[in-house]
Amino acid sequence: MRIRKSGAARAVVVTLATGLVLAGCASERDSGKSGEAGDTFIFGAAGDPSSLDPALASDGETFRVTRQAFEALIEHEPGGSKLVGGLAKSWEASEDGTEWTFKLRDGVKFHDGEKLTAEAVCANYDYWFNWTGTYQNSGVSYYWQTIMGGFKKNEDKETPEANYVSCTAEDELTPVIKVKEATANLPGGFSLQALAIHSPKAIKAYAKEEATGEGDAISYPKYSQEAGTVAGTGPFKISKWSKGNKEVTLERFDDYWGKKAGVEKLVFRTIDTEDGRRQALQSGDIQGYDLVAPADVKTLEKDGFQVPTRDVFNIFYLGFNQEAEKLLRKKEVRQAVAHAIDRENLVKTQLPEGGVVATQFMPDTVAGFSDQVKTYDYDPEKAKDLLADAGEKSPTIEVCYPTEVTRPYMPAPADMFELMKADLEKIGVKVKPRAMKWNPDYIDSLQNGKCGMYLFGWTGDFNDGYNFIGTWFGGYDKQWGFKDKKVFDALKAASAEPDAEKRTELYKKANEVVMDFLPGVPISSSPPAIAFAKDVNPPKVSPLTQENFGEVSFK
Amino acid sequence: MSTKTDKIDRLAELTAQTETSTGHSLAYEAFRRLRASKMAVIGACIIAVFVVLAVLGPWIAPYSPTAQAWRGEVLPAQSVFVGPRGENWLGLDHLGRDEFSRMLVGARQTLLVGVVSTLLGFTVGCLIGVGAGAAATLGGRLGRRIDTVVMRFIDMLLALPSLLLAVSVAAVLGQSLTTVMIAVGVVQIPIFARLLRGAMLAQGGSDYVLASQALGVRKRRIVLGHIVPNSLSPVIVQATLSLATAIIEAAALSYLGLGNPDAAVPEWGVMLAQAQRFFDAAPMLAVYPSVGIIITALGFTLLGEAMREALDPKLRS
Amino acid sequence: MLRLVVRRLLQLIPTLLGLSVLLFLWLHKLPGGPAAAMLGERATAADRIRIERALGLDQPLWVQYGRFLKRLGELDLGTSTQTGQPVWEEFVQRFPATVELSVFAMLLAIAVGIPLGYFAARRRGGWLDVSAVSGSLLGICIPVFFLAFILKAIFAVNLGWFPSFGRQTTGLNATEVTGFYVLDGLLTGELDAAWDALVHLVLPAMALASIPLAIIVRMTRASVLEVLGEDYVRTAESKGLHRRVVRGRHVLRNALLPVVTVIGLLTGSLLSGAVLTESVFAFGGIGSFLRTAIDARDYPVLVGFIMFIALAYVVLNLLVDLAYNLIDPRVRVH
Repeated sequence: MRIRKSGAARAVVVTLATGLVLAGCASERDSGKSGEAGDTFIFGAAGDPSSLDPALASDGETFRVTRQAFEALIEHEPGGSKLVGGLAKSWEASEDGTEWTFKLRDGVKFHDGEKLTAEAVCANYDYWFNWTGTYQNSGVSYYWQTIMGGFKKNEDKETPEANYVSCTAEDELTPVIKVKEATANLPGGFSLQALAIHSPKAIKAYAKEEATGEGDAISYPKYSQEAGTVAGTGPFKISKWSKGNKEVTLERFDDYWGKKAGVEKLVFRTIDTEDGRRQALQSGDIQGYDLVAPADVKTLEKDGFQVPTRDVFNIFYLGFNQEAEKLLRKKEVRQAVAHAIDRENLVKTQLPEGGVVATQFMPDTVAGFSDQVKTYDYDPEKAKDLLADAGEKSPTIEVCYPTEVTRPYMPAPADMFELMKADLEKIGVKVKPRAMKWNPDYIDSLQNGKCGMYLFGWTGDFNDGYNFIGTWFGGYDKQWGFKDKKVFDALKAASAEPDAEKRTELYKKANEVVMDFLPGVPISSSPPAIAFAKDVNPPKVSPLTQENFGEVSFK
Repeated sequence: MSTKTDKIDRLAELTAQTETSTGHSLAYEAFRRLRASKMAVIGACIIAVFVVLAVLGPWIAPYSPTAQAWRGEVLPAQSVFVGPRGENWLGLDHLGRDEFSRMLVGARQTLLVGVVSTLLGFTVGCLIGVGAGAAATLGGRLGRRIDTVVMRFIDMLLALPSLLLAVSVAAVLGQSLTTVMIAVGVVQIPIFARLLRGAMLAQGGSDYVLASQALGVRKRRIVLGHIVPNSLSPVIVQATLSLATAIIEAAALSYLGLGNPDAAVPEWGVMLAQAQRFFDAAPMLAVYPSVGIIITALGFTLLGEAMREALDPKLRS
Repeated sequence: MLRLVVRRLLQLIPTLLGLSVLLFLWLHKLPGGPAAAMLGERATAADRIRIERALGLDQPLWVQYGRFLKRLGELDLGTSTQTGQPVWEEFVQRFPATVELSVFAMLLAIAVGIPLGYFAARRRGGWLDVSAVSGSLLGICIPVFFLAFILKAIFAVNLGWFPSFGRQTTGLNATEVTGFYVLDGLLTGELDAAWDALVHLVLPAMALASIPLAIIVRMTRASVLEVLGEDYVRTAESKGLHRRVVRGRHVLRNALLPVVTVIGLLTGSLLSGAVLTESVFAFGGIGSFLRTAIDARDYPVLVGFIMFIALAYVVLNLLVDLAYNLIDPRVRVH
């Protein structure tokens, strides 16, 4: 380089050389990294949590984080969907299902040193019940409103009436929660992360802050946006949330009542893209991630990564809206569509291992699943005949599907749509595709009844038939656009039954009625795949995607 | 606040300079130099091949690009893909469709997006540019004021990241092929507007305009009959370059999930965005469309840059 | 001088008003809304109505516009619907990351681009020239997101030389002072943290630098060629001045002037690329934040950002004009 004399040029050369040296050294430096990661488990999340207070949230990414720090009265058994004791060792409902008595575990401590007592539990429930202002917004208190109805003083006439009555401490470890009417949402609702129990001291601190709703969005209160105030009872306590780095850091809670966490530090790191998460796992930068694309499962397994299979707890369906698409009012057309779709092929080509063809609007892991329902096998010829019977040789139907989204029940909606479209065209149906961005255009259109046929699904919150079919077919719903007394009655009967076993039987009946009416075509249930690094002992994977990372340790 | 501004102004000034520095007509000079440029020839060849493929694609494609003719053979969930083989030269895509046919047919769609969006940006941009330019050169005090306000606004649009502008448009219009074209086209509007106005201003000061004015030729005739035609060449250069940008920008929109949602109609940008999901199991599915995009964009860029150089007297050897 | 400033500020009013009307209408036309975005599958029609009422979306258009304008006037950018935090705070938190990445990308582009452009021009038509020119053309033509993806696949996943995402090794817990991690590491003496941050910057910066690099190479080359043809260079050479002096003092220095201007302008335009690059590398800056804002239809963030850029543009332009006016009395800014 002959330009040494110029100062600027020298700077350039120096920069260049430095750059080269840096690049050269990088590899050396990186190899030493794995040692220090020893007791830190990093999990790749698909999105940032919305808040550190689960009571204000309704999304899986938030709950995945808070679940490690907060526990509810009732929990699901590890790796299953059965309800077992959580903070309460046992529980019991009165005959009419309006009075719930819990026996709390003794010696449970919160992260801030407080003790778990019946009063602490009631402080939580009363705090929620007394929410005012923005907290009453369903975007903030979605789950409270779903399970317990409204608040002490509803401020908006759209808010449902409160079903919650009171919580009293019968003795130090026996809280009793009273509700107005029996509901199929209980006891499952008690297991929700949104109703997890916080330390009474934390609750007091929360009460001093306000969520505000001025302007054009809801502002979450400060305490829910930074670590420090929130305190639960879980195996980890939240120690830092760095929004810039997209990381939530949790530390082992040494006074945990159960088995202590296997790693000292647990970090949830948001990596927005699917391939980003995969590549981060492959390069050893993270030790696990959820919602693995089915196409990656085999590749990852081949490279020695662990991809444990979950049980299914979701349903993916092709929905009909009989108001938006008049053709679908004819039962023959609905049946023709059901016979036309090659669900076996769809499951085989698109879903990860463990995916199954659905026969009804719930997976077989849910209480109320019936094996007596009417089934609709893949039979294009029969489908054609049915169309002919209906007098619709080659109808045109608009089908909506979402783009750029991965749901646990629907790993690749656009591809699934293409497959179904080909199937429908085979029987002479002309498909008009209508793609929309998932959030919020797509959901908006479905719920406003603007789509004749659409791809949609649901992941269960807890194991009760109501959580699946109860909300859809219990009455007229814009998304489905039909009124059928038989269907409505069957579901109403089931939801009103306080006895769990009787309710299960009624849901089986309801499933049969629904599948005879055929308001849509249930397609499949699939286990969302989750992957872990080679040197990790993974937690028991849960059909409800409620993994407890306290079980994680390094080999 | 962007290079765009700077480059545009530079290009805009060229017309006037070239005109005064040589005796020949601008078009003649430029074409002569263009023919001698290796860059231009290579660019033109690439474009020619691309256009032929785009026009003939659907007829020469061996199979239907949308039929899932081999759908049982490809199992994305099991990482089973089919690579190149006798009947499928480039293998099968993730739904069992012939990749080669999709590439061929995709060429047309890609060209269509590029051309329509550039045309849109060109037309609207030129209308604004002519308006502002005419106001500035012949509109007197009020005209200059209007010109200033309009151009400030256009400059501000130029300052916005183009992707954000495209995304904003796509967000309002919902997802469709038309949206992609409009979104990509809108981004080009300020570029063309500023360019044409700049070129017109450069022309506005030239002798023949002053002469026409002195002779009492009507203003509208001066603008439409003289200034605009003489200002068009840099705009045409820019249009060529814009075609490349448009194709790349459309691909970026697809990557962000705002592309043409109808995946059945093959388009390279969408194909690339989709194939990235299977990059581990079938990397070639991403390579084909990306190579297509890169080469095509390169063709337009080569030709455009060569044209720009041909117009620029300073770069003559 | 004062008159100029006043005139300039007056000119701003119609422009900004126009922009605000456009932005407002854009916002208003957008489908969906925060309710659906927040609740996903779980939203019901009643939820939506309630949220819309809470946010005042049920009031007449002009009332909404009035409120919108008032808040803009107060420089209140609103609250992000994704995070529920003030947009302003979100920006401040993420700005250092993007600035750091952009600066590093720019340094990379300059360090490689200027020498490359210079030598390409010096040996015009040689192999270096041909490959520099074709390489720079290629750089413009590769979609940034694809380049980023490929870089990551090769250097992070396969070779393992660089980390595949982020700004810092997770759990490193370096002290934060300014938010610029490399600088922070140097300031606090945590050299390993500075190094760590630097290593994280390499791949995203390479992807982000591709376009500016291409432009700088071409600019430098063209500019050097132009200067080489100037009379004073020829005079200097014929005077018998040492070639090194001619090149160093005359050619390079004069040729770099326009390049420097372009570099300044380019830095501002890196943002489009940053949206793509940052989201590929999960880099916690403005770019990836905008990307999620786009996905979640976080309008306050998008509007805030557009307003911010527009204002920055206006202010910078004003300053530049004033500077010109001061430096060069011949320039009369109208």
